[in-house]
Amino acid sequence: MTTHDDNDTPIITSGAATLSVAGVRGPVFAAPLVEYLLRLGDDRLVLGHRLSEWCGHGPILEEDIALSNMALDLVGQANMFLGLAGEVEGAGRDADALAYFREGVQYRNALLVELPRGDFGFTIMRQFLFDAYSVLFLDALAGCGHAGVAALAAKSLKEDKYHLRHSSEWVVRLGDGTNESRTRAQRSLDGLWRYTGELFEYDVIDEAVATEGVVVDRAALFSRWDSMVREVLQRATLDIPKGVVMASGGRRGRHTEYLGHLLTVMQSVARAHPGATW
Amino acid sequence: MTGDVKALHATSNGVEADNQWSLWEVFTQPGKGAPHEHAGSVHATDAEHALQNARDVYARRGEAVSLWVVPADAIVASAPGDAGPFFDPGNDKAYRHPQFYKVPRGVRVF
Amino acid sequence: MDQPTFVTADESALTAAFEARIAAGESIEPKDWMPDRYRRQLVRMMSQHAHSEIVGMLPEGNWITRAPSLRRKMSLIAKVQDEAGHGLYIYCGTETLGVDRHELVEQLLDGRAKYSSIFNYPTLSWADMGVIGWFVDGAAIVNQTILAKASYGPYARAMVRICKEENFHKRQGYEICATLANGTPAQREMLQDAVNRFWWPSLMMFGPSDVDSPNSAELLKWRVKRKTNDELRQRFINLTVPQAAAIGITLPDPDLRFNAETNNWDFGEIDWTEFFQVIGGNGPCNRERIAARQQAHDEGAWVREAATAHAAKQQGRATQAA
Repeated sequence: MTTHDDNDTPIITSGAATLSVAGVRGPVFAAPLVEYLLRLGDDRLVLGHRLSEWCGHGPILEEDIALSNMALDLVGQANMFLGLAGEVEGAGRDADALAYFREGVQYRNALLVELPRGDFGFTIMRQFLFDAYSVLFLDALAGCGHAGVAALAAKSLKEDKYHLRHSSEWVVRLGDGTNESRTRAQRSLDGLWRYTGELFEYDVIDEAVATEGVVVDRAALFSRWDSMVREVLQRATLDIPKGVVMASGGRRGRHTEYLGHLLTVMQSVARAHPGATW
Repeated sequence: MTGDVKALHATSNGVEADNQWSLWEVFTQPGKGAPHEHAGSVHATDAEHALQNARDVYARRGEAVSLWVVPADAIVASAPGDAGPFFDPGNDKAYRHPQFYKVPRGVRVF
Repeated sequence: MDQPTFVTADESALTAAFEARIAAGESIEPKDWMPDRYRRQLVRMMSQHAHSEIVGMLPEGNWITRAPSLRRKMSLIAKVQDEAGHGLYIYCGTETLGVDRHELVEQLLDGRAKYSSIFNYPTLSWADMGVIGWFVDGAAIVNQTILAKASYGPYARAMVRICKEENFHKRQGYEICATLANGTPAQREMLQDAVNRFWWPSLMMFGPSDVDSPNSAELLKWRVKRKTNDELRQRFINLTVPQAAAIGITLPDPDLRFNAETNNWDFGEIDWTEFFQVIGGNGPCNRERIAARQQAHDEGAWVREAATAHAAKQQGRATQAA
């Protein structure tokens, strides 16, 4: 869980989760590296899905193409991370089995990405907040001691850097555009800020994968993310919300009600024909 | 949008506030050392925007190593009627073409 | 603009020269002289083609969120994105004829401009994604390969770029169909149902017989259109019948019969009343298609305006700083 003190400095505490023992209060986790990869894959699958909802409905043709591009990149990354998760798990589940046949409570994405797409301002602000995190996070992961994870991170990093360039430019355009765009951008930021803390949580899963070479200093990550984000938001003439209590739970399968509806749609055809090939 | 609403949204320089943005021409370089070729156009509000849009539309499959974007109205073109006087004279001046110069066999030119 | 009458003799000389260039197979470029009617026909043809690409994103976009595998999800997003790109290339080509894209968008939304009839049909199952790639992209390819030699340079060049991508779409669509045909009984039934719904509307895409088509003769003379509607439709049928047989799918036409004399597949009567109803605005989802485009346009206004405003502010600052 992450909370903030009066100076808006985050206090990062270890998660209160316990590993799979019957009858305990906390959530039940699978093998740590599998959990870690599901978090990575689910973030990108859910976010890519939200972006794909814009196909054919973008504010202008060029932006329709840009949003689809990002959606495509993210779903592709999800396919890779979920594929590796299935391999590591060794129970015969591939990326599709994980994507289409897990329940919402088994999903491990951050809450930030499952929120509905909202208006274009909401979509692009959420994208920016995620991209800033993703670029810093993947950069750290690309240099970690687990070859498989590092390789996937390096590949995804290239794409996410391009996404960040796109989303950050739009945040500035909207924040420093018209009065209407500034109002909408500020409202989106106000609604999204409480979901950013979860990105920097550090729990037993992070501790456990460190022993397999997957080490990311989340406190340092947060500090760099915070600087990067504040710089862009300042150029966008937007105000950062203060005194916000951060939401949490996605990493432990405790989601918002939005995820259930998203998965109902996403999984409907696959589930109507279990075992079929597409 | 009705005509009335449009009038309210016009900017001070007379340009319609809600428009499809200005036109930029895109040139892509397919590989290092190759010339940039005209690929098409995109709409954007400034150069960085145009570069990103051009990349998304014309280079997302890795078909280019470099992109140029130019505001469409910055391009000056020869008029079709100029073709004769502008281009023809060169055709009958043989000494501008390398074939005119006979080189003895066995001699390397470069 | 008033045309003084003494220009007429010059104009007919210019027109004769123009038509000679076309007959000689030359490309007409944006700054070349062209009859006003040629310019207008091209704006109409090209913009309708572009509108079709854009509206065409909607029936397939309808199934992106329900694609049943990650690979299919990615392929479908890429396909719909390509269609946006195609629309963009062709709008840009149309703009070379002196019309702003804003004007073209308005023409689509207020109903002045048409788009391909096929996109007024709803997509009701995942199998429609396969059938659209196979039939609709297949029909488009038959049309577009010929257009790649159209007399107007920017249009022909856009077609070359588009054809490369369309071939990929058709193959993907057919592959989806083949997979369903070889799948579970429920999947085979899903596919046959989709074929039954899309076959006749796909044939109608080529338009009525040229005898009944007002623009055809002029467009053929100007090499903007290179083959008749009937020739293209027959070509499409000849290509598609064996493809259907290869995956064990029945086309919903009891009159389909191979004619050994003509080497063509003879086919049944097309119900042209349906076609005219659909292009007249009374197809299954004409209103929904335009409403979706109108909504995207309306909801996007503040975004487009913001980008314009920001660029103006930046320019203002740059000027002040200088």
